[in-house]
Amino acid sequence: MNVFKDAGHLFRLAAVFLVGTLAFLGMRVFLVPKSFGQYGHYRGDAMAEIAARPVNFAGHQACEGCHADVLEKKKGGRHARVNCEACHGPLAKHADDPSVQPVKLDTAVLCVGCHEENAAKPKSFPQVASADHSTGLACDTCHQPHSPAITAGGAK
Amino acid sequence: MNITRRHMLLLLPAAAIAWKHVLAGTPESSPNYTMSRHWWSMLIDVPKCIGCGNCVRACQSENDVPDGYFRTWVERYHVSGYDIENPHVDSPDGGKQGFPPALEEGGKNFFVPKLCNHCVDSPCTQVCPVGATFVSPDGVVLIDKKYCLGCRYCVQACPYGCRFINPRTATAEKCTLCYHRITKGLTTACCENCPTGARQLADLKNPKDPIHEFLKTHSVHVLKPHMATGAKVFYNELDGSVR
Repeated sequence: MNVFKDAGHLFRLAAVFLVGTLAFLGMRVFLVPKSFGQYGHYRGDAMAEIAARPVNFAGHQACEGCHADVLEKKKGGRHARVNCEACHGPLAKHADDPSVQPVKLDTAVLCVGCHEENAAKPKSFPQVASADHSTGLACDTCHQPHSPAITAGGAK
Repeated sequence: MNITRRHMLLLLPAAAIAWKHVLAGTPESSPNYTMSRHWWSMLIDVPKCIGCGNCVRACQSENDVPDGYFRTWVERYHVSGYDIENPHVDSPDGGKQGFPPALEEGGKNFFVPKLCNHCVDSPCTQVCPVGATFVSPDGVVLIDKKYCLGCRYCVQACPYGCRFINPRTATAEKCTLCYHRITKGLTTACCENCPTGARQLADLKNPKDPIHEFLKTHSVHVLKPHMATGAKVFYNELDGSVR
């Protein structure tokens, strides 16, 4: 046993390493969240946390539940596939509680957001130079926003 | 209030319970959603984009994105003549308030909406040193805010420039493909608010999704295919000048 004659310091060092390793493993059990590694090298619960965020835009399905009359007006018109909140803005609060009233829109500024003339817009998209086209008049003077074509009898 | 030793001892069990809650995470919020049944992507129909900026505004409102930062944005391309390798690109405030008239006359002009491509082999998730960003089992690249250190490796790794550091939280941020909406059966805020249908959310695992027919019958491209990222945002009729 000559080899181990002066090996006391090695055993002490090994003991320190052992305690360190055990402390590391022990801490790891406490500090690494349970769901880490559930699906991969990340915290599985993170997805539920991200999904828990409240929505701001209710979605057109929610609008159509109550506003069937508007849906009827839009049908067949050029705006049939434009969803409600694209113009009316985020209204999840209104969908949850109808007493929260949406802001009345000003068509003089709203419509040109899409329909102002621009060379980069697709040629088939209806565009106007608003200064010439309406001279500042609100668009709903002539056009009905939910079905914007001007019919023989004027704005519907 | 002075905290005495007695108070401290009384507080400790409460703190232990609270910490356990932190470790356990919040409960599942969409009980009817099964991740393994979906594989999300998006279709961008470039010729339909009118550059109105509705998507950018909707995204900022839905996801509380700070001013001057973008999870999605719209670029305007101007290509004069044959020089398609040097397009002039502008995106004033991300296209949030639409675009002013073009400065240059003639040439080819069009809009290209951009967002995270939710890559299958995403370079951004591979560089994260702490496992804070990942591709979810339903194909969405997400960030775990609680784990993110804000080291910015991922911001540099994304070849599409889709990530940024949120100045309020000092963590990385990006498009979540409105994960909180698509898990509830809604479409994303940008798709919901696109007036021309230029953006459409698509589920590649759903055999009834119109994306399958569209991909078969149209000339569809992804951005930077040479990067081999497995991008899942498909662009219809994408011009060769788009970077």
